[in-house]
Amino acid sequence: MYDRHTLGGSIWRHALILLLCAFSIFPVLWIASASFNATNNMGLQTLIPRHPTFAHYKELFTSDRYQFSMWLLNSLKITIIAATLTVMLAALGAYAFSRFRFKGRRAGLLGLLLIQMFPQVGAIVAIFLLVLSLGNIFPWAGLNTHTALIFVYLGGAMGFNTWLMKGYFDTIPRSLEESAKVDGATPFQAFFWIILPLARPILATIFVLSFISAYSELIIAQILLRSGTKFTLPVGMALLVSDQWSQRWGMFAAGALIAMIPFLIVFILAQRSLVSGLTRGSVKE
Amino acid sequence: MIWRYIAKHVAKVVLLGTLIGVSIYVTFVLLTKGMYVPAAMPLIGSVSIAYIFLTEKRYPLRWLVPGLIFLIVMVVYPIGYTVVSSFTNVGTGHMLAKDQAIDQLLDRSFAPADALSYTFTVFAKNANNDLALLLESGEERILYLHGEATAVAVDDPRLIDDDGDGEPDRFTDFARLSIPQIVPMLSTLETYRIEFESKTIGLESLTEFRTRTPTYVYDADAETMIDQQTGIVYTALEGIFTDQNGEEIYPGYKVKVGIRNYINLLTNPRIAGPFAMVFLWTFAFAFLTVLLNFGLGLSTAILLNDPYLRFRTLYRVVMIIPYAIPAFVTILVWRGMLNQHFGIINKMIVSSARMIDSAVNYIAVHGFNTTAVLFGDVSKIGWLADGTLAKISVLLVNLWLGYPYMMLICLGALQSIPKSLYEAARVDGASWWQQFRNITLPLLLMPLAPLLVGAFAFNFNNFTLIWLLTEGRPAIAGATTPAGQTDILLSYTYRLAFEGARGNQLGLAAAVATVIFVIIATISAINFRMTGALEELSKNV
Repeated sequence: MYDRHTLGGSIWRHALILLLCAFSIFPVLWIASASFNATNNMGLQTLIPRHPTFAHYKELFTSDRYQFSMWLLNSLKITIIAATLTVMLAALGAYAFSRFRFKGRRAGLLGLLLIQMFPQVGAIVAIFLLVLSLGNIFPWAGLNTHTALIFVYLGGAMGFNTWLMKGYFDTIPRSLEESAKVDGATPFQAFFWIILPLARPILATIFVLSFISAYSELIIAQILLRSGTKFTLPVGMALLVSDQWSQRWGMFAAGALIAMIPFLIVFILAQRSLVSGLTRGSVKE
Repeated sequence: MIWRYIAKHVAKVVLLGTLIGVSIYVTFVLLTKGMYVPAAMPLIGSVSIAYIFLTEKRYPLRWLVPGLIFLIVMVVYPIGYTVVSSFTNVGTGHMLAKDQAIDQLLDRSFAPADALSYTFTVFAKNANNDLALLLESGEERILYLHGEATAVAVDDPRLIDDDGDGEPDRFTDFARLSIPQIVPMLSTLETYRIEFESKTIGLESLTEFRTRTPTYVYDADAETMIDQQTGIVYTALEGIFTDQNGEEIYPGYKVKVGIRNYINLLTNPRIAGPFAMVFLWTFAFAFLTVLLNFGLGLSTAILLNDPYLRFRTLYRVVMIIPYAIPAFVTILVWRGMLNQHFGIINKMIVSSARMIDSAVNYIAVHGFNTTAVLFGDVSKIGWLADGTLAKISVLLVNLWLGYPYMMLICLGALQSIPKSLYEAARVDGASWWQQFRNITLPLLLMPLAPLLVGAFAFNFNNFTLIWLLTEGRPAIAGATTPAGQTDILLSYTYRLAFEGARGNQLGLAAAVATVIFVIIATISAINFRMTGALEELSKNV
């Protein structure tokens, strides 16, 4: 389908691609520049800062009104806990579906698939009322608590994740665990010490997917979290902007750049772990 | 070995015991709140968990229980509850169960004309945190302390008259408060309902307490509330007690209203019109997003897949950038850039317009504002303020966010198409377009179709984009529900439930959510068909 380019063919291709690259990268350059611009007013910003400064970064971490450092910590805490627990819950379920034969197994797998057809976010009203009444009994898991938010995120732990992991577990030969069992290991020990290390790539994949979705999640965090010190980054950043383009733009830009970092790190790490293959070298059947 | 065995079983019994203990507590709390059906849930749940962990027969379920608990409590139950709520009038003023609302109304009281009047004296200690109240009416003297009312004699030794004026100045170690000191306490005193010898006494004014009688008497058979003060009869009508003139007494309560919420969505002229607009826009938005993103993604993938192209890797890295940073940040950046007054997009348009104008002036016509004549005033384009432009902006920003993903999956799929097919086509003299049309596109769409359907379903509920970019605005004129021109069904649900000007219409919101469930479930079912997930299940399990 491809031929060697003529000079003209080469020029229009590169021109087109450079245009697309400009489209892709301009907003990022613009926000990076805003964070170093001396002004806090978006209308006065220049692409190349006239007097580059770190003042907005300092302002961001010392502001009394906006607790950016809290939002960052909250987001990291919630995301890491939710993603870790998601991996654990999904792995336990997937192992049972992969290795045990029991009544209701097929129905269970089918049920997980069917439940996934209904988006959890559609139930925000009920989730709000549920957490509200949960808080009447256990104040530590009511509105405006991170526990409640993590609980809601864990609702999505079983489902496609379990399916994905079960598929992976199915490819790991059973002979590995059977030899462990001969040596006296319980099923849980075989799962924990033999299967989990072998399944690292899929565990990493699920972790990354849960991390990315929880880190960017807005609607549930917005209805459950009420006070500025409890916010996650998406809720907080939206508040920080709240149409004050001429007053806090530089500060917002600095926050935006910092908020990108954890996400970017996970994204880059994921690319590597997602490619590496697995049972390679353990057993060939 | 034996110790380990014992330790394991002791741990199991302790943990399960704690679980059952906690669930009994929860059940008890729910019972005291009159929530009889939810009260059974924790008990049933914890007993079945104990059963699963104590019988070997249910061993595999032990592995599933942790995930299932969250799935059931946080997904299945809320979805079911939403669907059920869509058939009720739940919302502001209708949050309580019927008997809770009736209890609240029956607690209300008033002082009738023949009420007994009491003068009162307040004694306090511990910075007014501890109060004692002395009520006097003729011969009757009542002492109210820590929620208990008792009769006291005139010469009770606890009442100490320091200056001998006949008025007690202290009650044991409580000091008497003067009128100015009482004023800030009034809101506390107002809540007191003192029960004494079958009388209920409450604060009437700064200087007196009065006996009170219940405002309403409830007739359970006729389902009416009778106002004892005015004699007006309020009849239970769709979750609220209403009199003949339509006057209502709050709080109302939750009742089943059948399919009224759905009928409102379809026929009530002030709800149905905006709802239809939101409904159509949701479909249009999700469909156009997939179309545009896939179109641009596929085009770039074909360009970058070219082995003769230089700097391919570099170009790819740059184009992936929007996908590698969190959307909640970049959407807000776009919102700034598209701003009517301060945004860089309008600034760039203005400067390019100036360039065009001066070029035209230089070459041909002097003193002629070409762009102004052709396009009008381009300095203040309301990208997010005008309905149509806001829709275009939403699609453009989503294109920026989403085309890298489409490019990545297309690049993957392109590489799996065998080169020999193209070689064979060339031998037969097929043009570039014929190769694309008959080889690339069909072989690409087959593996990608489920992902495209998935992208449709994702964008159908892409609340983050809509909320951070436009908050659903601009508003649809004439809508009584909060609906905007860029609102999608999910953001519309959110606004109905959490920021309605006329209170929170949770029942109506639940009906919209149910519509979302039905649509997305249908789309998922189609997707399962296409991927053969269900067939795979029946074979491979």
